[in-house]
Amino acid sequence: MSGKKSQSGQRNYLGFQLRLISLIRKEIRQLLRDKSNLAVGIGLPIILILIFGYGLSLDVRNAPVAIVLEDASPTAVDVVSGLELSPYISPVRVPSMQEAERLMLAREVEGIFRIPSDFSRRLGEGEAQVQFLAYGTDSTRAIIIRSYINSIVGQWTLRQADRKAASPVPTEGRITLVERLWFNSANSSTWYLVPGLIVLIMTLIGAFLTAMVMAREWERGTLEALFVSPVRPTEILLAKIVPYFLVGMAGLGVCLAAAHFLFEVPMRGSLLILLGGSMLYLLVALGFGLVISSITKNQFTASQIAIITSFMPALMLSGFLFDLRNVPVVIQLVGKILPATYFMELIRTLYLAGNVWSVIIRNYAILTSYAVLLLGLARFVTRKKLD
Amino acid sequence: MEQMRLALAAIGIYKRFLVKKTSQITQAVAGVSMEVPAGSLTALVGPDGAGKTTLLRMFAGLIKPDDGHLQVLDVNVVTDPQTVQDRISYMPQRFGLYEDLSVQENLDLYADLHGVPQEVRGQRYRRLLEMTDLIRFTRRPAGKLSGGMKQKLGLACTLVRSPELLLLDEPTVGVDPLSRRELWEIIGQLIDEEQLTVLITTAYLDEAERCARIHVLEGGKLLAEGPPDEIRQHARGLCFIATPTQGQPSRVLQAQLLDDSRNIIDAVPQSGAVRFIRRPHARQQDIDALLSGIEAIPVEARLEDGFMVLLREQYQMTPPDTLPFERSALSAPTSGENRQSDEKIIEVRDLVRKFGDFIAVDHVSFSVQRGEIFGLLGPNGAGKTTTFRMLCGLLPATSGFLQVAGVNLRHARAPARRRIGYVAQKFALYGDLTVRENLEFFGGAYGLSGERLRKRIQTVTQQFDLAGKEQSPSGVLPGGFRQRLAMAVGLLHEPEILFLDEPTSGIDPLRRREFWRRITALSEMGTTIIITTHFMEEAEYCDRIVIQDNGRLVAMGTPYEVRGQAGGKDATLTMEEAFIRIVARERERDKSTERALSL
Repeated sequence: MSGKKSQSGQRNYLGFQLRLISLIRKEIRQLLRDKSNLAVGIGLPIILILIFGYGLSLDVRNAPVAIVLEDASPTAVDVVSGLELSPYISPVRVPSMQEAERLMLAREVEGIFRIPSDFSRRLGEGEAQVQFLAYGTDSTRAIIIRSYINSIVGQWTLRQADRKAASPVPTEGRITLVERLWFNSANSSTWYLVPGLIVLIMTLIGAFLTAMVMAREWERGTLEALFVSPVRPTEILLAKIVPYFLVGMAGLGVCLAAAHFLFEVPMRGSLLILLGGSMLYLLVALGFGLVISSITKNQFTASQIAIITSFMPALMLSGFLFDLRNVPVVIQLVGKILPATYFMELIRTLYLAGNVWSVIIRNYAILTSYAVLLLGLARFVTRKKLD
Repeated sequence: MEQMRLALAAIGIYKRFLVKKTSQITQAVAGVSMEVPAGSLTALVGPDGAGKTTLLRMFAGLIKPDDGHLQVLDVNVVTDPQTVQDRISYMPQRFGLYEDLSVQENLDLYADLHGVPQEVRGQRYRRLLEMTDLIRFTRRPAGKLSGGMKQKLGLACTLVRSPELLLLDEPTVGVDPLSRRELWEIIGQLIDEEQLTVLITTAYLDEAERCARIHVLEGGKLLAEGPPDEIRQHARGLCFIATPTQGQPSRVLQAQLLDDSRNIIDAVPQSGAVRFIRRPHARQQDIDALLSGIEAIPVEARLEDGFMVLLREQYQMTPPDTLPFERSALSAPTSGENRQSDEKIIEVRDLVRKFGDFIAVDHVSFSVQRGEIFGLLGPNGAGKTTTFRMLCGLLPATSGFLQVAGVNLRHARAPARRRIGYVAQKFALYGDLTVRENLEFFGGAYGLSGERLRKRIQTVTQQFDLAGKEQSPSGVLPGGFRQRLAMAVGLLHEPEILFLDEPTSGIDPLRRREFWRRITALSEMGTTIIITTHFMEEAEYCDRIVIQDNGRLVAMGTPYEVRGQAGGKDATLTMEEAFIRIVARERERDKSTERALSL
């Protein structure tokens, strides 16, 4: 009895293997022949890397600032020359305050730096003032420009003090405060954005591409004939996961190569841990896409839902651009539900900070639970049923 | 007595669906009990929406019935669908071929999935490919096959193994008569050689005639069952053929007969004559009066006749056929000559349309006279729709001369459009708008307004029997009503020519009769009608027809002349037989020229 049973079990397993291989082969053929799939899988990551990597930058460089020099003394000119040397500011000399205001209203300059006519006199009295007006619609940018101006003026003051101190009285144990940013020592947003970009691209490949695949079969009516055959739902699902997992890994490869060679983002942590985390997240995204696909059964709806519920939140709410601690509690909660948030934290930590084990273990655990949950759900909603 | 082995046994099957759009519940299947004996060919016949597909899907374990007991191959398919699915083969109505896989790859996939051993594949493939005539195309992607070839490949994929039960859901729908005949030959061969048990659904009654047993389904219920002979019996002794006097189109007599629903069950034009079924209790003098002296010759009942008798019995309780047009316009049917004139309202010379390298319409010339009903026939992919779209000014011609209602379409398409009405194959009105709003919108789009628009809406509402539903959203109305609305919209601006693209596909025979009754009435009122159809017998309603194949015109003339072209002197062929002969001959000629060229 038991011998017979194990024999039929073995036959079942053989059938499973044959069918799965056949389905995967079919899936890969379709993937390779349908150009739109490859465009999304490989072309889109490259475009995104180039756009986000080069186009999107939170740094301020060469911000035009109007300079109104109402005091023509050598001291005043010396202050202004500090601005001219800065890579962050590109000064535009204007003759009068009215002209400067006109430029500001026309948004041709982003700020006005004014040295009033009594500057040298009051400096001599020990208390000079300069004025800085910033165009405040983009407050982050305005603050960044202001801080640059501040530091330039501050440096000038320091230099002045140094020069005076060079004479008789020796300087005594002066404390200079040098600001330093942790984990992004170049203070370059590219270092900050590119690892985040990997999250976005994996979301796009995983959720968006797979959201289409089941829906496409529903739309074209290919599932009806497939259902009435010895094929099991698990086999259909696995055959969808395997090829798109490979495409996702290829996309990851493109991203990692771009991060390393194009943007020279240093990697502080372990590449292996990063690969492991990426695989976990890819499974999460694939599971999510398959669930959407099986429920909507319509390519258009599926792609819309995939973009709105996975890509957009990953872009805006996962901490890719904005720190989640600064947003309202409700939005924070939304961010906390997103698996992308945890992959974001993991990948940034690995790139910019190193192997911080507490972070790695926590995020691995969360991503694993999500993967199990979503793939289980995908299996639950994929049934050989038409009603 | 030996018990007959049953491949399928269904007892009291019920299934309801919630239609999402209207949030109404439809009873798709209402208490069906039936049996399919092993080793037989059984047909499930019924009009669209009768519940055929739902039943078949339940047999395949794809849908669970709400109630009833269902045993397939002695397995309870409701609780154990996978066991059944391991043993049966099923070809859905829209067999989803993987279009970017080649013919061979599609076959391989299904052979793998059904676990067909490698060693038997070679022989099986060869046979299937030979039967389906696909052997030359094994490397071609399935998406690049013609409609008929796709259907044959679907059948081949379904038959990669010899199943214990084969379920075929309308395998011949949307396939031209030639391919239909070939598909049936394949099925017939397999049944003979492998003793397959087959359950097939079809809307074509001539196909059901080949089956051992027939189950007639209507409105989710079984109307009748038995061998074709038994169904035919319902119309025995009631079928006649009457040939109208010379010069009178048969459709005039047909309309006259069909309108008298108290005495006549059904009437259709056939081979220049009219075939009708009288009611069993109709008085002879009433029939004689109706025929006004024309002799009626009794003929053998066909399956379709029996089917029509059953359907009419079913619908006796529902209100009698509404008469679409004022009776006075019809009571004295004008003969063809008065209605038509020699004026050519459409003239086409050397019309060509290319899509890239592909020639969809190949030097086509014909003309249509004012007041005619003109039929455009041909298999799928023959170029019917392309020709049609060029005539309507929806698609520019690559070359050639094209004049519609006196306007040259190559130079001025907009003025011509105002003089034509167009009813698309798919419902092209706004489903969310009410009937009234649709009429108002399209009236406005054609430049009607104020009193004139109001009057026209009133007229078409009456003409097409739309009263009482003006405030309903048009999307939720039944198919027949929507088609009437689409025609009403097409006629709002009183066009000289009405174009109808496949208006009767997917419509049951009763509604098709009603539709053609409206068309003939419209024609009586002087509108020129251009119509495409793949129901060959509908060509009999037309004054003249053209048959297209591979982009070229292969036949042209009155139905009588076209039958003559196909059969020489023997002009009693049905239109379908004539069509098959002409197209087959044409393709044979192509092949021999090809051969001659390659030599």
